Amino acid sequence: MLMRTDQMTATTSAAASDKIRPAVQLDGVTKRFGDSVALHEAWLKIQPSEFMTLLGPSGCGKTTLLNLVAGFLEADNGEIFIEGALVTETPAHMREIGIVFQNYALFPHMSVANNVAYGLKTRGVEKKEIARRVDEALELVKLTGFADRKPRQLSGGQQQRVALARALVIKPKVLLLDEPFSALDKNLRGSMQVELKQIQRELGVTTIFVTHDQSEALSMSDRIAVMSAGRIRQIAAPDDIYRRPADRFVASFVGDANVLNGRLVERRGDVAVISIGDVRADVPAASIAETSVGEAVDVFVRPEHLSVTSRGASRSLPGTVTTQVFQGGHVDLYIDAPGSARDRILVRVPGIAALSSCPVGTEIGLTIGSDDIVAFPSGETP
Amino acid sequence: MKRTPGTMLLRWSGRILVAAILLFVLLPGVVVAISAFNDRAILAFPPQAWSLRWFWRAFSYADFVKGFWNGLTVTVWASSIAVVVGSAFAFAIHRYKFVLRDVLEGILLSPLIIPHYTIGLGVLILASQTNVGRGFPLVIFAHVVMVLPFVMRSTYISLENLDTRLELAASSLGATPLRILFTVTIPLLIPGLLSGWLFAAILSFNEFTATLFVSSQATQTLPVAMYNYVREFADPTLAALSVIYIVVTATLLTIANSFLGLGKILNVDAH
Repeated sequence: MLMRTDQMTATTSAAASDKIRPAVQLDGVTKRFGDSVALHEAWLKIQPSEFMTLLGPSGCGKTTLLNLVAGFLEADNGEIFIEGALVTETPAHMREIGIVFQNYALFPHMSVANNVAYGLKTRGVEKKEIARRVDEALELVKLTGFADRKPRQLSGGQQQRVALARALVIKPKVLLLDEPFSALDKNLRGSMQVELKQIQRELGVTTIFVTHDQSEALSMSDRIAVMSAGRIRQIAAPDDIYRRPADRFVASFVGDANVLNGRLVERRGDVAVISIGDVRADVPAASIAETSVGEAVDVFVRPEHLSVTSRGASRSLPGTVTTQVFQGGHVDLYIDAPGSARDRILVRVPGIAALSSCPVGTEIGLTIGSDDIVAFPSGETP
Repeated sequence: MKRTPGTMLLRWSGRILVAAILLFVLLPGVVVAISAFNDRAILAFPPQAWSLRWFWRAFSYADFVKGFWNGLTVTVWASSIAVVVGSAFAFAIHRYKFVLRDVLEGILLSPLIIPHYTIGLGVLILASQTNVGRGFPLVIFAHVVMVLPFVMRSTYISLENLDTRLELAASSLGATPLRILFTVTIPLLIPGLLSGWLFAAILSFNEFTATLFVSSQATQTLPVAMYNYVREFADPTLAALSVIYIVVTATLLTIANSFLGLGKILNVDAH
């Protein structure tokens, strides 16, 4: 449900991107720390009201990028624009940006109300107006009645709401979220995600969200920029990232993926035909443009795109069930298929029937049931 | 663990060792405290008859009264100046990189290298060279030099414990660096500054060696007055003063601890 709407938003903003001035724009921004390059020539355009996620493992440069937009770090090369204005050398306190940190960074010596009011006081807003807007912000994050508490008297989730209210009350040009959910327990995390997304959409505030959690990224974002080793690997809507990853890194970092041993059979324009044993499949040709016909390729297939059939069925890969993992709504089967893949293959079977029909040791056949598979040149390191 | 004779022996010898160490540390204080209540005009232990008259003498002896007020004057000025100067140094060392930063840090954080009599002598030589009189400013100056490192260390630890994201958050909310300093940084450093002040005050009030060099009859502090007293009299007045001092300091520290959480500031509590 969430995915559907996200997709629509992404399409609209993509279509409008030529006309509307980007809310945030990075032109070839590079940041070095000593000899190491934390961010290498980042090019990024974020549309007004867009929810853009920077996704990647720790040390990939996503937090560096966030700090550069916030003005906490200075870029070594490149330019940063916010709402069309050049801000590369503008100090943080003049950028009009709201930020929520992982640990919330609430001022411990101030009440909730004074925390939220802080950004209004620095702007010289008059007292009555401050009181009105603080009330409004606390209502938005459902913390009415908590105004006089100190941060230490609040739970983690409540502290996060205060941090969000404090960042939003100044009507920031951009909202920056630095792994805001990682300190929350799992149940609370889910409901806060839904709530944050709702508030973000309601206010239409342009948001940059940093996370290493791919499911968080897929569920919340309009678009995702996947990063690794200081570079942006792919910028696309969540479903595009999942269905058509641009490279091996994206394919293996976002979602689960099985790597099967394939071979390029022929090219038909944009599409390439590959074979894995007896199975043939179409993949986008672009990602294996350099590979010649007959050469080996690595084929990435999602666990839910594989299905189990009887051994010897036509167009199937032979394998043996080695492990069953019951996951509630589905069953994960790990299949040994030495001819088709180096590692064990993960198959996600909906329902619970597989528990009894595929006990450990069963010899089965695997079929590929989707066009959303991609291939990359064999053995290429990410 | 099984209760063999060997483990029992170990356990008991451990307890005896702890008791012995405690006794060793507390013995001088306990002996002096008890001697303070001796009725006779000698420092003897244990006393044969009991009296509180030495406490009365401690409170009424003119040199002690004057020494107390002199000491308090010096202490308040020296600690306050040291807190302002020391915090500024600590802030600079913690936040900025500059030439000789490491040297400055080393000098200011290692007070044990330069003995107090050296400081006293040095200040005295400087004073006579520059014709500065031996008034309060001279004593205060010497005390600032001595307590500065302790104040710096206290502020430095508080700065280390301060989450820099609080300052980043404030700047994202539009606060200028100066505004951040006064609304976020300093308020959060106040417990550290106060405890630094308190330690400086205790050190300064107790300081004897350097003060002996730089003070005069008019500016002598309580420890110097006590030194002069003990050269003439050997009655329990000094013991009574010790008791008063220990009680007052312990009370102040207890109050300070409950308000400031000194353990946290001094990194004693492994939180």
